[in-house]
Amino acid sequence: MSTNTKPAIEISGLIKRYGQKVAVDGIDLTVYQGEIFALLGPNGAGKTTTVEILEGFRNLSGGKVRVLDFDPATTGEAGRKWRNKIGIVLQSTTDAADLSVQETVEHFSHYYENPRNVDEVIDEVGLREKAKELARNLSGGQRRRLDVALGIIGSPELLFLDEPTTGFDPEARRAFWDLLNKLRGEGTTIFLTTHYLDEAEALADRVGVITAGKIIEIATPATLGDRGNAPARITWLENGQMQELETSEPTAELKKLSTRFNGEIPQLQVIRPNLEDIYLRMIGENR
Amino acid sequence: MKTLKLGLLRGRMEVKVFMRGRESVVFTLLFPVILLFIFGSVFQNTIAPGVTFSQYFVAGMIASGLVNTGFQQLAITIPMEREFGTLKRLRGRPISVSAYFIGKAYLVTILMILQTALLLGFGAAFFGLDIPTTSGKWITFTWLILLGSACSTVLGIAFSVVPKSGRGASAIVSPIVIILQFFSGVFFVFSELPIWMQQFAALFPLKWLTQGMRSVFLPESFATQEVAGNWELGRTAIILTLWLIIGLILSIKTFKWSEE
Ligand SMILES: Nc1ncnc2c1ncn2[C@@H]1O[C@H](COP(=O)(O)OP(=O)(O)OP(=O)(O)O)[C@@H](O)[C@H]1O
Ligand SMILES: [Mg+2]
Repeated sequence: MSTNTKPAIEISGLIKRYGQKVAVDGIDLTVYQGEIFALLGPNGAGKTTTVEILEGFRNLSGGKVRVLDFDPATTGEAGRKWRNKIGIVLQSTTDAADLSVQETVEHFSHYYENPRNVDEVIDEVGLREKAKELARNLSGGQRRRLDVALGIIGSPELLFLDEPTTGFDPEARRAFWDLLNKLRGEGTTIFLTTHYLDEAEALADRVGVITAGKIIEIATPATLGDRGNAPARITWLENGQMQELETSEPTAELKKLSTRFNGEIPQLQVIRPNLEDIYLRMIGENR
Repeated sequence: MKTLKLGLLRGRMEVKVFMRGRESVVFTLLFPVILLFIFGSVFQNTIAPGVTFSQYFVAGMIASGLVNTGFQQLAITIPMEREFGTLKRLRGRPISVSAYFIGKAYLVTILMILQTALLLGFGAAFFGLDIPTTSGKWITFTWLILLGSACSTVLGIAFSVVPKSGRGASAIVSPIVIILQFFSGVFFVFSELPIWMQQFAALFPLKWLTQGMRSVFLPESFATQEVAGNWELGRTAIILTLWLIIGLILSIKTFKWSEE
């Protein structure tokens, strides 16, 4: 995380009800300026609801949110001033108008006081070859990239991304990570939701796990779910069979093994639980 | 200032998108011309000395054109934009509702000019429509068009909250427009309609627009054939203005970005 500890998003006691159903059930969370924060959680956990309250699209039923020290529900001129600093990529994809990629990005750039360069943005999301193509003729992943382009065109101070890389091929996903890291380098605060744990691990300074409208933990990807102290698995080949043991002191175990084999241990692997293992365990425990 | 600038920017974009959509061009712009050809060719009888039904019909179609390009077009496309999330996405940006409305008004204006020019051109070329020669008639024509399209635009935006889905919008809006056209003396001679139909139609702008357009395109002598025995231009102006105010208030009060 950057040394800047001014909050960009402050959520306290946030509650959202849809009729009888409580979709968000008392969330407290602070996201700091310049940080990338990832919200993880199963389908229906309340991620989109939370994000869209922060974006000013939905009304809250209880609690308080401040986004860039502003109430997102504000309308009128003050609201528009605030929106000039906010970038939004919604979970659902842009409808396909009969406009080309170039025309669409160009059009929306005029809404902002300090837009990014249109051609640069098209390059950054990897749509250069498709710049003249009508949006309706793009593939699903390409259309998603257009969404991202429209989210960053206004040089936002704070960028919301709701499952941004759904439908991206692996190469596009890597390129997108590079883009987000570049934006972070420029000081942009990023709040994203994702179902890809590798994405959260590669990008996020901190992650929050939400299930059934409650945040069960907020931590860095390296420490989530006590990951740092989780047992490691060691596997090796002995007597023609793969052997396996779990231990919280892998170094000591390796020393023993190494003594026993008097040198190289055949096919040795030390496996730490990855973020997905930890996450699945946490979600399982909270069912 | 920024609102006006963004509104015009949106307007130019909307025109571009409209013209690229083949269905919308055919449905909104060409359909009235096709109707003109069908009705104009079938009913060539004379309804008064020196007035054929096709002339009468062209005047009505020009008035209907204002309803097609404004009310009908907006009341169908805005619910679609709401359903597909276009409006939600717009709301997340630093742009005011007014700029969105200005963009729509700009689109309607361009469509209305094209529509009127097409109908005038075809009417004059094939159906003996007399293009007016006195400046008085042109002045009437101009204020009718301006007031009529403003009215049509705000009522279209106001009505856009009625259809519950984008797909269903045209099934609700199109019959309303067609019935109004029947009742308002577009497809039949108004004075020959049943009294209750005439009275019902007189509540809505289209009847007054068609009558006004007849004052522009039919000979002065035809005025005595109207229900009131004259063109009633003053009353037309008042009723259109009233509808404009009602539409304006409704569209500002009821407009919503999304269904939530
Ligand atoms: N507009 C709505 N009306 C009623 N219930 C809703 C509405 N939006 C969401 N919900 C409910 O609220 C809960 C949370 O939904 P939400 O969209 O926030 O989940 P999510 O975490 O974004 O899920 P996903 O990973 O599938 O996108 C769900 O049970 C959903 O059914
Ligand atoms: Mg969601």
